[in-house]
Amino acid sequence: MTSTDVTSTDVTRTGATAPPRVPRRRQRRRSAARLGLMAVPAVFFALFFAYPVAAIVGRGLRDGGHWQFGRLTEVLGDAGIRQVLWFTTWQALASTALTLLIALPGAYVLARLDFPGKSLLRALVTVPFVLPTVVAGTAFLALLGRGGLLDDLWGVRLDTTVWAILLAHVFFNYAVVVRTVGGLWSQLDPRQEEAARMLGASRAAAWRTVTLPALGPAVAAAALMVFLFTFTSFGVVTILGGPAYATLEVEIYRQTADVFDLPTAAVLTLVQLTAVALILAVHAWTVRRRESTLRLLAPESTARAPRGAGQWALLAGVLLSVLLLLLLPLAVLVQRSFDTAAGYGLGYYRALTSADSNVFLVPPIDAVGNSLTYALAATGIALVIGTLAAAALTRPGRAGRLVRGFDALLMLPLGVSAVTVGFGFLISLDEPPLDLRASWILVPLAQALVGVPFVVRTMLPVLRALDTRLREAAAVLGASPLRVWREVDLPLVRRALLVAAGFAFAVSLGEFGATVFIARPDNPTLPVAVARLLGRAGELNYGQAMALSVILMAVCTLSLLLLERLRPRTGGAAGGPAAPTGEM
Amino acid sequence: MLQLDRATVHFGHRPALDEVSLDVATHESVCVLGPSGSGKSTLLRAVAGLQELDAGRVLLGGKDQRGVPAHRRGVGLMFQDHQLFPQRDVGGNIAFGLRMHGAGRDRQRSRVAELLDLVGLADAAPRPVGELSGGEQQRVALARALAPNPRLLMLDEPLGQLDRSLRERLVLELRELFQELGTTVLAVTHDQQEAFTLADRVVVMREGRLAQTGTPMEVWQHPADAFVARFLGFHNLTAATVRGEAAETAWGGIGVPAGSRQGAATVLVRPTGVRLTDSGAGLDCRVTARTFLGGQVAVHLQPEGAPRLEALCPLHSAPAPGDKVTVAFAPPQDGEIVVLPAEDAA
Repeated sequence: MTSTDVTSTDVTRTGATAPPRVPRRRQRRRSAARLGLMAVPAVFFALFFAYPVAAIVGRGLRDGGHWQFGRLTEVLGDAGIRQVLWFTTWQALASTALTLLIALPGAYVLARLDFPGKSLLRALVTVPFVLPTVVAGTAFLALLGRGGLLDDLWGVRLDTTVWAILLAHVFFNYAVVVRTVGGLWSQLDPRQEEAARMLGASRAAAWRTVTLPALGPAVAAAALMVFLFTFTSFGVVTILGGPAYATLEVEIYRQTADVFDLPTAAVLTLVQLTAVALILAVHAWTVRRRESTLRLLAPESTARAPRGAGQWALLAGVLLSVLLLLLLPLAVLVQRSFDTAAGYGLGYYRALTSADSNVFLVPPIDAVGNSLTYALAATGIALVIGTLAAAALTRPGRAGRLVRGFDALLMLPLGVSAVTVGFGFLISLDEPPLDLRASWILVPLAQALVGVPFVVRTMLPVLRALDTRLREAAAVLGASPLRVWREVDLPLVRRALLVAAGFAFAVSLGEFGATVFIARPDNPTLPVAVARLLGRAGELNYGQAMALSVILMAVCTLSLLLLERLRPRTGGAAGGPAAPTGEM
Repeated sequence: MLQLDRATVHFGHRPALDEVSLDVATHESVCVLGPSGSGKSTLLRAVAGLQELDAGRVLLGGKDQRGVPAHRRGVGLMFQDHQLFPQRDVGGNIAFGLRMHGAGRDRQRSRVAELLDLVGLADAAPRPVGELSGGEQQRVALARALAPNPRLLMLDEPLGQLDRSLRERLVLELRELFQELGTTVLAVTHDQQEAFTLADRVVVMREGRLAQTGTPMEVWQHPADAFVARFLGFHNLTAATVRGEAAETAWGGIGVPAGSRQGAATVLVRPTGVRLTDSGAGLDCRVTARTFLGGQVAVHLQPEGAPRLEALCPLHSAPAPGDKVTVAFAPPQDGEIVVLPAEDAA
């Protein structure tokens, strides 16, 4: 007999029971508790998100105390800007299509086939998603760029073409598709397909008529996420795009840092904000639509050993694509970091410790310390804000429009793009009463803003799955409310907290778009230092960038591994949090 | 219609189906009965073509089905938990098989209406399947399986998840429906009542093998061994030594029918064969508990230094727990005493 999983997973919420009728007074008390929990995150978002965004609007559309909407058409009428808009859109569409094409077979293989090394493959596939964009950029540069592996072997260079960008986007978002689609796929009852087969459907027809419609919403959600991520791509395009290709994000940065045209940057940010809000709205709509009444099974029960030539070929193809697209770039990156002019050695790494390069005021290796400090602080902030917000969202009682809006607000920084956040901080937090320009906390605040959505998405499914009957059982056995929280809630939530912390930490470590605006020149973070090294000509700078990327990758991987160790291995009664990529 | 010829399926080293041979004639209703893990679901899946055989053959209408994919076998399968398609409404579910067989729109519509009528759910076509009650889901699943006119209909625990009273009603309905339609049925269940009501012939399975085959009456009257007897719900079983028409057991001497097997054996005494007497001659027992079964009471008895016994008494004369009673066994000609092969020491 198969056990049906009725806990809410991050892919599909099943069978939400209607909340019991509650007396008006208690309802009011509950609302008050919810508002109390919402207060801190709300203030945080008002100060560090809404206020900077308002400042951007003001900077872009107001001049001398008057609204200047004409500027909007002026900027959008520019041929160069229209070019950027067009490129941003079509490369995002192409990246999404390519990612789906390559990752959907991977989702199938990881969901439905059982083979030795499967959990290793699943872990490997997830690694790129938590790697900093800058690392991906340098890795693909090392593979496809000037003096890269393909250049050495066959004289092929792709870094001046759009293919480098597209492939790097696939590298990143492979995990999004595998986790979102594969997660659901592994829980679909295979007997649904068998039922169709018994009614006369061929294998293909059964897949088309039964499995595909069930997967459809998850595929749509994954595609939207990939589209969103690639539409707002910054680090990858900065490194691989060269002067020829720029997304909106890159253009905003260019207008701010190189051209010093802040009004144009502000207008572009508004365009971006509108586009992202639209994408998120569509996403929210598909999420609501996919809350159908699918019966879900435990994933372990649905996988089978591969059978027949077709399944073996598929498995081999997926392994090959993972090897070529996900592992090879990272391997080449590591190899390049040791491949100095004087043969293999630690030359580039040694150069990182000297301060006499003309790129920085400090030895580049100092960036490691900066990055760790900032990321730690950012993780702390993101955990507090994110957990409070998630707790507010899961309070019992009716979820009104206010709460749903709050939910959407929390997701906004994720899509609104790091560049918006950085740019907003730059122009808004520079005068009293909020003059944080000189404070080191500015960088962690920006990073926390980007990390909060990850924390919320990891905590929400777990908090939602906490069974109130467990609490009632503890209370009946004599536990006070505080004891109930400590003895029942905390043990179940601890795992999710650690996972959330890990994601927030990794995201903060790799954060590039916002940090590049606000990090002080004498305190660069790792990604900022890598980008700056790549911006300079010369073999030594290139090699140092590779070496620093490897260090960044190692720090990221190590912190995640450490976390995996710390994580208690107690059973997943709360229905493991999976990746936060599911519902973002 | 259906023949299994030494069908064998292994999961790892464990045989799920161990050289099973079975025939099902056209219009016959056969029910496979067994505890979970006995291989009965694997049997259905092998016939359906959802599970490949490691050895042996499945023949449908005399044709070997090796290499014939599931959708070309022309058999229907009603799944344990129905597996209705949640994205389709009731009508869409029932029409699915017709569509797969290329039926036209009009034909689909009329057949759906006909089947909904048959299962007593007329006008339910536009309802979403998520809203159906357990019994309604079962009816829709049945209609869906019948729609393409399968030459063999297989049912996997057809009533497994429903509550008892509903199950008792539906199993009768199914029986009547299949007789009326002349459907060839192969069902599996772990519920003996369901099996005995539904089937012309019952097959008891144990660990991938057939333990017994026969009409419900045959199996009920003469279980093949202690396993089958226990599975049918008989608990008054004890090791015995049979000499002539008498068996020596822990409960004392018991008269057995003429022609019973001799020597080491197992003796089954049906609860109706355990009689409470006032005569004083017999086995002294203490009443430990009672269970109420409709018009009768099952009385659980603990004899001194012997295994427990279960007796059936009329409602009005049932003793209370704690009472001391004396037990006599029915005479062999009543058919309440059956001698079975001795159980293995294991």
